[in-house]
Amino acid sequence: MQIKLTKENLHSEFVKLIERISGEELANCYQCGNCTGGCPVSYAMDFGPREIIRLLQLGQEDTVKNSNSMWLCVGCLQCYCRCPKGVSAAKILEALRQITLRKGEDHEQIKEIPFPFMKNAPQQAIVCGFRKFVS
Amino acid sequence: MKIAYYPGCTLNTVAKGFDTSARESAVLLGFELKELNQWNCCGAAFPLTPDNVIGLTAPTKVLVNARKEGDTVTTLCSVCYNVLKRTNKVVRDDKEKRGVVNSFIEEEYDGGLNVIHFLEVLRDKVGFEKVKGAVKRSLKGVKAGAYYGCMLLRPFEDIGIDKAEGPTIFEDLLKALGCETVEFPNKIECCGAHLAMGNEAVVTKLSGNVLNSAKNRGAEIIVTSCPLCQYNLENSQKKLAEGSGNLQMPILYFTQLLGLALGQDEGSLGLEKNLFDVRPMLKVRGI
Repeated sequence: MQIKLTKENLHSEFVKLIERISGEELANCYQCGNCTGGCPVSYAMDFGPREIIRLLQLGQEDTVKNSNSMWLCVGCLQCYCRCPKGVSAAKILEALRQITLRKGEDHEQIKEIPFPFMKNAPQQAIVCGFRKFVS
Repeated sequence: MKIAYYPGCTLNTVAKGFDTSARESAVLLGFELKELNQWNCCGAAFPLTPDNVIGLTAPTKVLVNARKEGDTVTTLCSVCYNVLKRTNKVVRDDKEKRGVVNSFIEEEYDGGLNVIHFLEVLRDKVGFEKVKGAVKRSLKGVKAGAYYGCMLLRPFEDIGIDKAEGPTIFEDLLKALGCETVEFPNKIECCGAHLAMGNEAVVTKLSGNVLNSAKNRGAEIIVTSCPLCQYNLENSQKKLAEGSGNLQMPILYFTQLLGLALGQDEGSLGLEKNLFDVRPMLKVRGI
């Protein structure tokens, strides 16, 4: 993958927004990869949590936004618990979701959610799913 | 002894057996779980981003109502426990957020409540030795995998029920009931949680990892404290059975086993609601 580094990329408003919403400082990550190692869903992500943080450090807004990673993070916090620098990739991925959802762009369309799920699933799954996927 | 108890939405509906088995177990152990007079949903997810203060209002309202009934509140669902305990800490320690939340819900809550899980009630207030002494129907020889999942443990500095890696509180209880506990690698890994909404394949994979990990170490049943874990671990077995893995693994709430061991009337345990019935296996064992 070719990455173009520019001054604008590295100091983009998008990256500042991620840092403000998540409360995390991206530069604190030194790319050891413990987060991705412990992440149960990294196998299905376009970019694991370590790569997402690296891409953000390099200001690659479009690559990050167009990846599926944020919608696969379950918030299990294994990444944060195992990070030697105390960085929470879960908070960074949540910030990415929030940026989309706060614009009113839903990830799941409520009327497309299968009826058996709505009928049989625990309420907590529905409430939590709405909070993570619906604006 | 009376302890204020927050059931939460799921225990009031699809996980009714989790609720009734805990209430009756408490009576058999000599105390009462007193349901809060008024309560609402906790929000089912602690807001991960620190600027999301609105997500703290629902759980804070629960805490306000609980505080009216004493200095301690207990809950059974891992997610409710996680959300309430973490919210309580934020309200207690962060003056600015406390002010915002209180002004929004028009209350004056200071975070003075102690939020504990029912497992902590059994360990710290009753004592596992006393639980062991109250067992009328030992679950001797039942090989149980204690599945913690995520929300009962993480993040360690906010939750602190047990070690974040290698916890034993669950196994300690199960041993007191006579079970033989099975140590398995995925006991603190995620089941897929709310990805059940829209991403069944990932949930089947993650729950399958947990199920196979326990099965491979000899577990006959898996025990949980989270209705979503229970749902995912049961439901994913339907998908797995379409392939080669017909596991038939009963997934029980720890209170169902507790109730069984304490001699509770089976009608209130909700065992019939479980997808895979544990009773035939118990019968074979003469339990």
